[in-house]
Amino acid sequence: MTDLLDSLLGGLALGAVYALVALGFVVIFKASGVLNFAHGSLLLFGGYLVAVLHDDLGFAGALALAVVVTAALAGALDRFLLQRGGHDAHSAHVQTIVTIGIDIVLLTELARRIGGDLLTLGDPWGDAVTELGPVTVADSRLAAIAVSAVVITGVFALFRFTSWGLSLRAAAEDMEAAALMGVRLGRVRAGAWCLAGALAALAAVFLAAFPAPGLERTTGQIALNAFPAAILGGLASPTGALAGSLVIGLTEALVVGYQSELHVLGEGFGDVAPYAVMLLVLLVRPNGLFGAKGAARV
Amino acid sequence: MSDRITALLTHRRATLLVVAVLLCLPPFYLDAFWLRIGLFSMAAAIGAVGLALLSGTAGQLSLGHAFFLAVGAYGYTWLAGDPGPGLPTALAVPLAVLMAGLAGGLFSPVAGRVKGIYLGIATLALVFLGHHVLLTAESVTGGFNGRSVPPLSLGGFTFDSDGGLNVLGVPFGAEERLWFLGLALFALTWFTARGLLRSRPGRALAALRDSETAAAVMGVDVARHRSAAFVVSSMYAGLAGVLLALAFRRVVPDYFGLVLSVDYLAMIVIGGLGSVAGATAGAVFVTALPLLMTRYADQLPLVAAPGSADGAVGPTEAARYLYGAAIVLVLLYAPDGLHGLARRARDRLRRRRTPTTAPDTAVPSPPPPAAAARPKEHTP
Repeated sequence: MTDLLDSLLGGLALGAVYALVALGFVVIFKASGVLNFAHGSLLLFGGYLVAVLHDDLGFAGALALAVVVTAALAGALDRFLLQRGGHDAHSAHVQTIVTIGIDIVLLTELARRIGGDLLTLGDPWGDAVTELGPVTVADSRLAAIAVSAVVITGVFALFRFTSWGLSLRAAAEDMEAAALMGVRLGRVRAGAWCLAGALAALAAVFLAAFPAPGLERTTGQIALNAFPAAILGGLASPTGALAGSLVIGLTEALVVGYQSELHVLGEGFGDVAPYAVMLLVLLVRPNGLFGAKGAARV
Repeated sequence: MSDRITALLTHRRATLLVVAVLLCLPPFYLDAFWLRIGLFSMAAAIGAVGLALLSGTAGQLSLGHAFFLAVGAYGYTWLAGDPGPGLPTALAVPLAVLMAGLAGGLFSPVAGRVKGIYLGIATLALVFLGHHVLLTAESVTGGFNGRSVPPLSLGGFTFDSDGGLNVLGVPFGAEERLWFLGLALFALTWFTARGLLRSRPGRALAALRDSETAAAVMGVDVARHRSAAFVVSSMYAGLAGVLLALAFRRVVPDYFGLVLSVDYLAMIVIGGLGSVAGATAGAVFVTALPLLMTRYADQLPLVAAPGSADGAVGPTEAARYLYGAAIVLVLLYAPDGLHGLARRARDRLRRRRTPTTAPDTAVPSPPPPAAAARPKEHTP
């Protein structure tokens, strides 16, 4: 029973972190129709900044700076590279592949700098744990859940109540009509990329915190697991991304928790379980759980 | 008019013959290093042509190519080896290709219905799940350390270094022999793929890419064509996998990761989407670049020799910077890739050479596919 609770809580924390990343995917996709393959390296970039800066600025200062710089980088990538390609559906496809190119360059550079090292981020939780009734939880996981909840609520409020959020939703609905109504697509897009970059930098901290050993060159790859999360929910739906992230996080934690019972599937199946779940869902619902089937006109 | 066409045809055939002879020469003059670059490039080109059929023609984004390469490579190794059925190697090659096609077919419930970007992510799943299986199913795949690949033998002729074969005074080792096998397989790929693109299903796929709804209205069975494109593309990948396995002589799971899939995507993007020649050029570029940079690292500025001090820009990194940047630049500034650049250069040359052409000889070049695929311009 404690095992189950343990796994559930761990899954919840993991899902919360995935949600930060997946929400980034969704925001970018809504604003620009682009699936950002460079998200993993943006995340790694944010984490790397925190790791390098925390000695001088302290954890909070380093995190704040990393969030701002990563947001600026993401915004700049969109504004100065991707937006050259235009705003229509075909160029969104092309820009998706451009992000793969950006990812290759960024990831190679970061991997070269990090090398084989494990970087600590100097986070205040360390390896402290809290007793919650029968289960023991790492403080970093509780922090992940709490921070994600607050930030995600904030992002949803941003969608709902600000004029930027309104522009974003209008652009996602129909880019051309939104542009005719005076929505500045370029700015809305760049804003969305900034937001996604900030979320990615924040997620990096929790992905590298205890019980993970620290920030490595492969941390960005873990963020790829948020892809299935975003797809599961349907790429254009923030609520879906949230639900998808929880499903993926819980699946991963449960598979790892019950590994001995699941040994038929092989060691380390937890790492690939999200993809198995995604395939199953796509078989039944090709547009994701919350995705609407698009109506097409010629 | 008709004799002009025959002249053109014989001219074509002569060019083809010259190219074929030129391609047969390297084993007599170059050493094993260059031959290996050529071999890997040919294998990559076969795989890239398959991906170009899928992504460039059918408009489907696939990141699962590494998985199908792995099916081909491991399929051959298992079918021809021990443990495994131990079939004759000449039989194992086509069977491995069919296996890759079958794997693509099994994926067709997803590949037929999921489109574009969604398919890209769905195929991502194949790479990760496939890698996991390669590591886990040790009795078939040999686990983390992989398996050694039995050399191919065709009617008593074995593609390895044994036997001390000498052709025209040149000792023929494994690389020299495999070069000709690679050439034959590549020629097969080149002609089948070009034929396929010009055939009825090829045109149906192009229609599908440009507008799914319009194609469906014209009577194209959307799901069936999408899955068929996926199966054909995975069969080419399987063939490439077999050739790679023969060239490497050992297959290991870590080679067939996400990076490999991204490499293949880079090849077709740099070469120009939807063209066989472009995919080939892209494959040679992406494959040869890191190998050449490793070889000449000490002579290149800004590049450190492999294995030197931590944090220096090694040849592998430098190559990756270059082709990452190449993807970005090609897509933003020359969306039809190397193929498009070459065609534009050729058109300009031709125009300069014959400033006043008679209207019946001036063959209008077809519009670039990227322009045809663009449904509307950016309005705001």
